[in-house]
Amino acid sequence: MIEVQEQQNQLTPYIDQFERFEQDSELSPAHFLPIRKAAIARFAELGFPTNRDEDWRFTNVAPIANMVTSPASQRTAEVSPSDVSPFLYPELDGPLLVFVNGRYCASLSHTQSMPDGVRVLNLAEAISAGDPVIEEHLARHACYQDRAFAALNTALFEDGVVVHVSKGATPDKTIQVLFITSPESVATVAYPRVLVVADESSQVSIVESYASVGPGDYFVNSVTEVVAGANATVDICRVEHEGDNGFHIGSLHLHQYRSSRVQYHLMSLGGRLISHDVYALLDGEGIDCSLNGFYVVEGKQQVDNHLWVDHAKPHCDSREFFKGVLADQGRGVFCGRIIVREGAQKTDAKQTNQSLLLSDRAQIESNPQLEIFADDVKCTHGATIGQISEESMFYLQSRGLSKAAARNMLVYAFAAEVMATLKILPVKTKLEAELFSRLPRLETTSA
Amino acid sequence: MLEIRNLHASVEGKEILKGLNLSIKAGEVHSIMGPNGSGKSTLAQVLAGHEAYEVTEGEVLYNGKDLLDMESDVRACEGVFLAFQYPVEIPGVSTNYFLRAAMNSIRKYRGEEELDAIDFLQVVKEKTKIVEMDEGLLQRNVNEGFSGGEKKRNEIFQMAVLEPSLAILDETDSGLDIDALKIVAGGVNQLRRPDRSMLVITHYQRLLDFIVPDFVHVLVDGRIEKTGGKELALELEDKGYSWIEGAASTAV
Ligand SMILES: Nc1ncnc2c1ncn2[C@@H]1O[C@H](COP(=O)(O)OP(=O)(O)O)[C@@H](O)[C@H]1O
Ligand SMILES: [Mg+2]
Repeated sequence: MIEVQEQQNQLTPYIDQFERFEQDSELSPAHFLPIRKAAIARFAELGFPTNRDEDWRFTNVAPIANMVTSPASQRTAEVSPSDVSPFLYPELDGPLLVFVNGRYCASLSHTQSMPDGVRVLNLAEAISAGDPVIEEHLARHACYQDRAFAALNTALFEDGVVVHVSKGATPDKTIQVLFITSPESVATVAYPRVLVVADESSQVSIVESYASVGPGDYFVNSVTEVVAGANATVDICRVEHEGDNGFHIGSLHLHQYRSSRVQYHLMSLGGRLISHDVYALLDGEGIDCSLNGFYVVEGKQQVDNHLWVDHAKPHCDSREFFKGVLADQGRGVFCGRIIVREGAQKTDAKQTNQSLLLSDRAQIESNPQLEIFADDVKCTHGATIGQISEESMFYLQSRGLSKAAARNMLVYAFAAEVMATLKILPVKTKLEAELFSRLPRLETTSA
Repeated sequence: MLEIRNLHASVEGKEILKGLNLSIKAGEVHSIMGPNGSGKSTLAQVLAGHEAYEVTEGEVLYNGKDLLDMESDVRACEGVFLAFQYPVEIPGVSTNYFLRAAMNSIRKYRGEEELDAIDFLQVVKEKTKIVEMDEGLLQRNVNEGFSGGEKKRNEIFQMAVLEPSLAILDETDSGLDIDALKIVAGGVNQLRRPDRSMLVITHYQRLLDFIVPDFVHVLVDGRIEKTGGKELALELEDKGYSWIEGAASTAV
């Protein structure tokens, strides 16, 4: 009884936030209001997950559930160009969209250099304008029936990005999107939303970053939907730079059609709790799906990655390659489920999760799951958990490298394998440099 | 240059070196031979500063300084080099990057200027010739996927680059065919200098046909039981170790 009451108390502020959406026809035009209503109803039924839910066994979201949040978008924030510059890649001279507390910020963005065949819109405008891409795709791929956080986002998001690449367009510029939170004295919540639609034989490359300025508590609940049309090529790099008091629960819902190629990177570089789901539906023959991840946790941080790769059609390749460095009392969870549907013959699915523990108190739960309903398939998974090798340390030291230098070299080498797969060069260079500069701190926190 | 006195060392509580004495002067090449498990590698690892080996008694002076008091990287900076019996593979670190970091660490210690990538490459390319090593190996991760012979060559190549004053070679000949052996030994001979000493550990006399030592020592059960000139190696080849082992046990 008490528990039920507590649950109700946790949900009330969010359900209250919804009232605004029922009345606002800009945020909820007639065609979208039913979806919002269904989503909030579903959220109210599901409630926040607990450790009794299989997918949340190792992750405690009570700090989020108990956080009394107010919508970040309702607060004015002073964010200057110098606040956001650490999270940008100036060498990428394509469109840049910056969102502060979930709201589009025109003064920090520039969208002049829009390549031909690409539309980059802010979602709020696209929704109120009734853009056909919205009607066709928004909330059609991110299933919220069983996912409380996806339901919450669907009910309450206000703004975000729509990238639509038309048939055959192959823009040569990378699109940058940055969602920045500016936490204040009260805890805030923001609901970034991204929709990427790459039509047939088109190509697109996107960096999707999340970061914060300032020390306060906050919660980010994001949802990204990506549709890779037939024969399309999509490259997305997501970088999470959340602050020490930032909680981020996000998900990617990827729908791939025939012969499409998607390369996705999930770089989790900071945050109190970062939990990310990836649902990849391989819904056509000859698809290539590559999901890569790298995470660093220190202090009492936690990073979760849950991946579902659904091979629905034959002749598809999927690669999951996730590596993590866990220092201090950091925790990590990796759950990778590969589903091979009946008839999805010649599936080639490979999953790898490697963790490097830098302290005795760091922990990783690595949990591969295979569900295979076809007989002519190749599925492999491998999880390794290791520490810095004493023999390697001695070898390097015997050549004159100090203990710290030897250790840094080995940690960096561990990460290098994932970094090397980053195709967007300025992102690769910057993240490598950032990781390198963090190594000494990882060392001292773990000692 | 090196003075080992009454050295006792143990690993995991088991005593391996049991009072070892050895003195090496500048420019000398000493060979240590001995049966499997007699403690040859233990001696090499103790001199290089491996923390798993605990020195329980004795002292080691290197150029008059207490070697055992130094961290292993300081020993390297002071000019001690160990060619490993089993070189370690280091995935993700290129040979080139690793060796430049090592070289610059040593140069910094000595107050010399660090080398940039271009100058370093110049030095290194020259040194690959000493052991006829394929330059392509420089771009590969340290020892990863190297053949046994390539690993041993890589050790001598590193020695050539780092220019130590005391080189300890632990079974650098083992597992090499005669052609590779000649190349590796030839490399070592090119590195012989009046101010550089070498401790050549081997299980097989054959190496000493190519690297001719000034002294040969026989290590049995953690102690040097016999010392002689290069002809001692031939005698061991003929008679095996049992006559020394026998003498050692009767002496107890
Ligand atoms: N790291 C170690 N841990 C446990 N035992 C060891 C270790 N290194 C050497 N030993 C033991 O010490 C003895 C001497 O080994 P080693 O010095 O390698 O001999 P050698 O090189 O002469 O063949 C052997 O009995 C070996 O098993
Ligand atoms: Mg040995």
